[in-house]
Amino acid sequence: MSLLKCCLLGAFASGFVFAGGAAAKPVDFVTDVKPIFELNCLTCHNPQHAQDNGKYRLDTKEEAFKPHKKDQRIVPGHPEESEVYALTVLPLTDENHMPPAKLKKAPLTKEQSETLRQWIAEGAAWPEGVTLKVVMKVDFARDVEPLLERGGPLSDPARETLRLWLAQGANWPAEVSFPSAKAAAGAPSVPAGPVDFARDVEPIFARGAPLSEQARATLSHWVEQGAVWPAEVKLGPAKGGAQAREMDLVEQIHRDIVAASKERAEADMKPYTNTIPGTEVTYAMLPIPGGEFLMGSPAAEAKRNEDEGPQHRVKIEPFWMEQCVVTWNEYELFMYPEDKAPAPADGTTNYTSATADAVTRPTKPYVEMSFGMGKDGYPAISMTQHAASIYCQWLSAKTGHFYRLPTEAEWEYACRAGATTAYFFGDDPAQLGQYAWFGDNSDYKYQKVGRKKPNPWGLYDILGNVDEWTLDQYDPNYYKQLTGTVTEPWNKSTKPYPQVVRGGSWQDDPDKLRAACRRGSSSDWKMQDPQLPKSIWFMTDAQFLGFRIIRPLKVPAAEEMFKYWHSGVEKE
Amino acid sequence: MNTQQPVPSELTRRSFLKTTSTLAAAASLAPGVFASVNDTLKIALIGCGGRGSGAASQALSTAGPVKLVAMADAFKDRLDGGYNNLKAKHADRVDVPEENKFVGFDAYQHAIALADVVILATPPGFRPSHFEEAVRQGKHIFMEKPVAVDGPGVRKVLAAAEEAKKKNLKVGVGLQRRHQKPYLETIQRLHDGAIGDIVAMRCYWNGSGVWVRSRKELEQKLGRAPTEMEYQMFNWYYFVWLCGDHIVEQHIHNLDVINWVKQAHPVKAWGMGGREVRRGIDNGEIFDHHYVEFEYPDGSRLSSQCRHIEGCWDSVSEHVQGVKGRCDVSNYRIEGENKWGLKGDHGKDPYQQEHDDLFAAIRNDTPYAETADYGAYSTMTAVLGRMATYGGKEVSWDEALNSPLDTFPKVLGWDAQTPTAPDANGRYPIAVPGKTKSF
Repeated sequence: MSLLKCCLLGAFASGFVFAGGAAAKPVDFVTDVKPIFELNCLTCHNPQHAQDNGKYRLDTKEEAFKPHKKDQRIVPGHPEESEVYALTVLPLTDENHMPPAKLKKAPLTKEQSETLRQWIAEGAAWPEGVTLKVVMKVDFARDVEPLLERGGPLSDPARETLRLWLAQGANWPAEVSFPSAKAAAGAPSVPAGPVDFARDVEPIFARGAPLSEQARATLSHWVEQGAVWPAEVKLGPAKGGAQAREMDLVEQIHRDIVAASKERAEADMKPYTNTIPGTEVTYAMLPIPGGEFLMGSPAAEAKRNEDEGPQHRVKIEPFWMEQCVVTWNEYELFMYPEDKAPAPADGTTNYTSATADAVTRPTKPYVEMSFGMGKDGYPAISMTQHAASIYCQWLSAKTGHFYRLPTEAEWEYACRAGATTAYFFGDDPAQLGQYAWFGDNSDYKYQKVGRKKPNPWGLYDILGNVDEWTLDQYDPNYYKQLTGTVTEPWNKSTKPYPQVVRGGSWQDDPDKLRAACRRGSSSDWKMQDPQLPKSIWFMTDAQFLGFRIIRPLKVPAAEEMFKYWHSGVEKE
Repeated sequence: MNTQQPVPSELTRRSFLKTTSTLAAAASLAPGVFASVNDTLKIALIGCGGRGSGAASQALSTAGPVKLVAMADAFKDRLDGGYNNLKAKHADRVDVPEENKFVGFDAYQHAIALADVVILATPPGFRPSHFEEAVRQGKHIFMEKPVAVDGPGVRKVLAAAEEAKKKNLKVGVGLQRRHQKPYLETIQRLHDGAIGDIVAMRCYWNGSGVWVRSRKELEQKLGRAPTEMEYQMFNWYYFVWLCGDHIVEQHIHNLDVINWVKQAHPVKAWGMGGREVRRGIDNGEIFDHHYVEFEYPDGSRLSSQCRHIEGCWDSVSEHVQGVKGRCDVSNYRIEGENKWGLKGDHGKDPYQQEHDDLFAAIRNDTPYAETADYGAYSTMTAVLGRMATYGGKEVSWDEALNSPLDTFPKVLGWDAQTPTAPDANGRYPIAVPGKTKSF
């Protein structure tokens, strides 16, 4: 944060405009070159992704100047021999052009390339100890406009976004404005003392593009003074296609996750307990080793259903799985964003992150969703698969870990924990009461999580208590279509019903708790929703249904994340 | 979109009307319209929000031919949204040409005129006048709960309900627990004496609250500052004349169950309540919690809680204590010498069932008068509760029912004066127990 602050203050002190950095005066690495690298190069040439990108890292001086085969990427004094500059001025059609056009990366401006050239020509000074990191390239429509539209007290990350936006030139497309009566008054001069939102800031936002130097200075003062935004002030309505906006958001979350993820190999995976930022609510994740298993049940298994076969070999990549199912303690933070942790009046600290804030939240339910069965420490229930997936997206945005629902195969693999019997502890339902809440011992309701014995991999309530959402569409014949050893099977959804839920619940007989037992969701599970259209968030009649999250070791591409979180089929 | 024409006060005959002389004679005595199993029943929807559209969808899902022919709403965008949702779900049963879509405060009269069955699903403050008009025009009616928000409203509804009986109109009320199989089974057992005389009752609607629609949001929709009437209609949950407060709008369900179990309504109430967290600029004038003790004719008491505060103990349930045991009514379980718990079939979606039952009564011409039977009384029970919490004094049933305090605006119109208005800071007067005259 302080670095950014310096950057911003520096920018305004010197009248610096990002895109116009080329100048006759000597180039300074920190103010002139570093932002170019961070914004345009670091997204690929970072420690996590260098392997796939010419094995070149640009985050530290040592790495940046390291010779590669015969070439040096940076040859001090010789820009034409330095790929870091030379590749940026190749024709756009050249496949070696950097940043790569095929990745839809914008080319550097002439001024930016010139800055690099001059920096190398002047000796490519890189002060010791200065390291670079991926910096979000602020996009007005994606990053800034939603903040302005939402208004209200700005979170730290939101303020950081605004700082970056100001530092990066405060580009404001001419066509975007927030009509308001205050616009006509125009922005007064830059205030000398404390910035007053209504007098100084709101008129600027109300008028919109393009921002004058004076307006930017006012905004920067405002950001420096805490970017206090009165809760009741909101600007224009959301614009742009919802889908495109959602994909942009996922890309932003993806970038944060890539930047934050540390574990590379299965050996790095440790159990961990995370506190949901800004709250005291924790959740525990356990490593599930990768491996192969036989999915489904043998024809001879007692009370087996036809859809559980044929058994087939499945290969599963390593992941963490939540030790218990998601509780109301966790889920309600997602359900009630504003009210759980109100921002302090001074707007200085706030637990929310801009991206997590941007994730859509459930509409407020009309009925009481625990149905009197208890909340503190109890499983969250009655959410749709869509709601469970968006919870995963929200938590991912908050924590910088990629969370999602398990596939049906991942769920059964984790549940079995190596066992080939009907239950992970054997075949005898008489033992079930030690491990699970079900029809005979649940007292007609769900029970607090983690009160029975876990499975061999440490997962509590993996059988019984509440059914658990998976990602798959339910198809009784799905297993019949699989041949050989299948890696990470996922029967992607094409329609709202049925989707697979697993594990059985407090209502069920023991055979429904068998590891191989499958169940498909039904529109009846929204039966008592009296509205039209029915809620995409709540399944009022699925009082036996919850979920637990997983975190795959391998972070997928943004497009895949989008598919995990948005099946697109949640409708009536 | 139709601009409003005068509405005939006498019925125009519909083609499906039975034409034998006996039935014609009967119809002239009792102008209720009877439909045989095969006649198409024409439906008008008054109030096209999510619940209204849901109710219309359920009506369109009943057995026998039905058609939605007219729609009315104060707001055009609500009407259009409801129309699109219904058309998407019931393409062949929705036939509402532009001229049968009515917008504005008197839209209901015109839509009612075109139908055999009307669904009244506007904010509850309008229910008495809409119900009265539907009865006047001789239509069968499904009306959402609550059926009014104050004493004068309930009196108007009771009078119209009597008139509806005389006209042999079938009237259903959206208290769907009355049609929910497990409730029916449980309460039948209580009436059969499973726990003996019932001496104490409890019920709750403690939850986290409902939506808020802000003035800013409306301003953005309209592109100008809304009038006060527009704003209150838009954010209707937070104004007493429209909503009745959440004790009336939501908690009525639980109070109704207790009245049902007791086969009576309370005679007296004492209560307390206030707004502890519901203090936002768009939170209007309603409370966020109420606690009421109701006394029944046999001297037994009901303690009732309703709360709209997040992060608290939540429950939406009813419980009764008898001399021979107790019953968790909402969980369908009886403890005591006749221990019992519901297992298995929970029956049909009660929201669908209540329409199935109403339409069956219309087609078979069986008596059906839920408003007169209990809808108006359960509404009055909830209103009595609010009078007790707002004023902080003991309130008797008769005082409450005969209360002259009419919350409804003198004149309706987008520029008309609202019953309560905000001060310079946008804040509304809030009831102060001990000071406010609440009935």
